[in-house]
Amino acid sequence: MSNTDTTQPVLELRSVSKTYTVKQGMFGKPKPLKAINDVSISLKRGEVLGLVGESGCGKSTLAKILLGLEEPTKGEVRVDGEVIGATDRRTLARRIQPIFQDPYSSLNPRKSIEDIISLPLRVHSIGDSNTQDKAVREILDIVGLPQRVMRTYPSQMSGGQRQRVAIARALIMKPEIVICDEPTSALDVSVQSQILNLLNDLRAEFNLTYLFISHDLAVVEHLATRVAVMYLGRIVEESSVGGLFDTSGHPYTQALLKSVLTPEAGKGVPDTELGMEYPNPIAPPSGCHFHPRCPMAMTHCATVPPRPVPTPEGHVECHLFDTENGHDTGTPLMREGV
Amino acid sequence: MSDATTNMTSDPMLEAIVGPTPGQMLRKRIFGHQGLMIGVVVLGILVLVAIFAPLLAPHDPYAQSLMARMKPPVFLGGTWEHPLGTDHLGRDYLSRLIYGARVSLMIGVVAATISGVIGTAMGVAAGYFGGKVDAVVTYLINVRLAMPVVLVALAVVAILGGSLQVVIVVLGLLLWDRFAVVMRASTLQVRGREYVAAAKAVGCSTPRILMSEIMPNIANNLIVVMTLEMAHAILLEAALSFLGLGVQPPTPSWGLMVSEGKNMMLFEPWMVLIPGAVLFVLVLAINLMGDGLRDVTAPENRS
Ligand SMILES: Nc1ncnc2c1ncn2[C@@H]1O[C@H](COP(=O)(O)OP(=O)(O)OP(=O)(O)O)[C@@H](O)[C@H]1O
Ligand SMILES: [Mg+2]
Repeated sequence: MSNTDTTQPVLELRSVSKTYTVKQGMFGKPKPLKAINDVSISLKRGEVLGLVGESGCGKSTLAKILLGLEEPTKGEVRVDGEVIGATDRRTLARRIQPIFQDPYSSLNPRKSIEDIISLPLRVHSIGDSNTQDKAVREILDIVGLPQRVMRTYPSQMSGGQRQRVAIARALIMKPEIVICDEPTSALDVSVQSQILNLLNDLRAEFNLTYLFISHDLAVVEHLATRVAVMYLGRIVEESSVGGLFDTSGHPYTQALLKSVLTPEAGKGVPDTELGMEYPNPIAPPSGCHFHPRCPMAMTHCATVPPRPVPTPEGHVECHLFDTENGHDTGTPLMREGV
Repeated sequence: MSDATTNMTSDPMLEAIVGPTPGQMLRKRIFGHQGLMIGVVVLGILVLVAIFAPLLAPHDPYAQSLMARMKPPVFLGGTWEHPLGTDHLGRDYLSRLIYGARVSLMIGVVAATISGVIGTAMGVAAGYFGGKVDAVVTYLINVRLAMPVVLVALAVVAILGGSLQVVIVVLGLLLWDRFAVVMRASTLQVRGREYVAAAKAVGCSTPRILMSEIMPNIANNLIVVMTLEMAHAILLEAALSFLGLGVQPPTPSWGLMVSEGKNMMLFEPWMVLIPGAVLFVLVLAINLMGDGLRDVTAPENRS
């Protein structure tokens, strides 16, 4: 196993599932909720994998598993080919760091900015207080904050400044992988692009690998090299960014793409024009989970769960593309409707 | 602020760092809150009185003088020799009141600290770890809530005999329920915040997360409950002493003074009213402070 091999993924999920047990009401029976259902993804060094999907599809759960904050019910997480258990989180912490969605909740309001940014160094006993102080000043420079913020508190800063602090904290230990969980969706539109550009610049400068989570395909297009589309705990399509935006893929992806073109794109959860609401994840629809909202659903979609079909760029999980199993008969007709 | 005019406010380097620090804001709110200030000043005076009791008391609170029993206070025609009169054993009432402040404050502070430590540990553990720990703690809280405090305290003190130490420990072991309930709820609220997840992702140990991420953000609630329970303990001590099962004579306790004066209540009502009034003032001051602290610290996390 050689780490210099460029095809070797730095971060890999293999058949990972995460099932929560949720209780409905005081006397309701506990029911399983499959937040992640048999997902495999891999990130190569230096690449940006975008993860898109509606609210509640399991994006944050996936991020937490990658960060070692949640243990998968099934499957394994590998970093450089080595299986990671939740126990060695300290080692994992030096290689993978998160940037969270809400900079108003991701910074401890009782701590000064200096304390917040230097926390990773202090936890891992990296350097003495002098070198730590220097490192904080350096990273502030890198994320574009003036040094005078060191003595201030989060409540004194704007959302964009806070997100820069969160980025500084994530990068101060020089991690290889950064998990960005909707890092711009809580920010003003005018600040969003600044933060995206900063993330893009930092990636190039430090050769970082990103998992970039968003519910906004436009943002992902701006930053990512590959995209995974998530629906109800499954990756229904994976492709290169170009492939996703050029060719017609999964009907769900098509709906998401349409929503990008609406004037409100980039603000809040996309209006997918799929008519009906997002299904209850406790009782997902039978067969293909997407079939009740799918404009191109065929009869067997309601009964047979689709298999992942390999494509030149990745895979897609839809009966429209599954030429085996005798399910291809209806396909040409349906595709004319695209 | 001049940055705003240069139309470059979106540059984080030039953007103003808005507003005062949280500490400055808190100080401003504290000094702007009337009830809190009154409570703090009154309580401060009582604490100073308790600390400097030997310097302030005109007489020895234990010295009996059968020649000078039940002298009335000056405002009822007494002399300045005994400004608040003397009790049925001829002890100076003012001196006993002054020393009594020590007993009340000591009971309040020590009992509330003991129960605070117990209740906070249980509540934070339940809120943070959830699951089985939470189930056990919730069960213990329910058991504790099902026990009437006064009856249990009476029974224990009756068996062990009353003394200052016994009363403090018994109250300390009984009054943790509100701490546990409030700390559990606040921990539940805070543990889901993203800065806790960030600290975990950085590799912080659980004790470190509890001490430096959770505790500072729930400390305001702890202080508020602390004041409530101090007042609670002080009142319970007075009640126990009044019933003869608390602090034992000749210790100068306000509850005991009310109890000793009750036989003469119809003839010399001041013997009950004076210790009753200072007890009232002390508890009122503590409650004003607690209420004020709650008002002042509550909006801190929203901004
Ligand atoms: N601790 C938990 N216990 C029970 N259910 C959970 C828990 N965490 C998440 N879930 C459920 O798992 C599903 C996926 O949640 P997740 O937070 O990963 O969604 P998401 O894609 O990040 O959504 P958003 O875009 O709103 O952030 C949701 O249905 C959610 O209710
Ligand atoms: Mg999320």
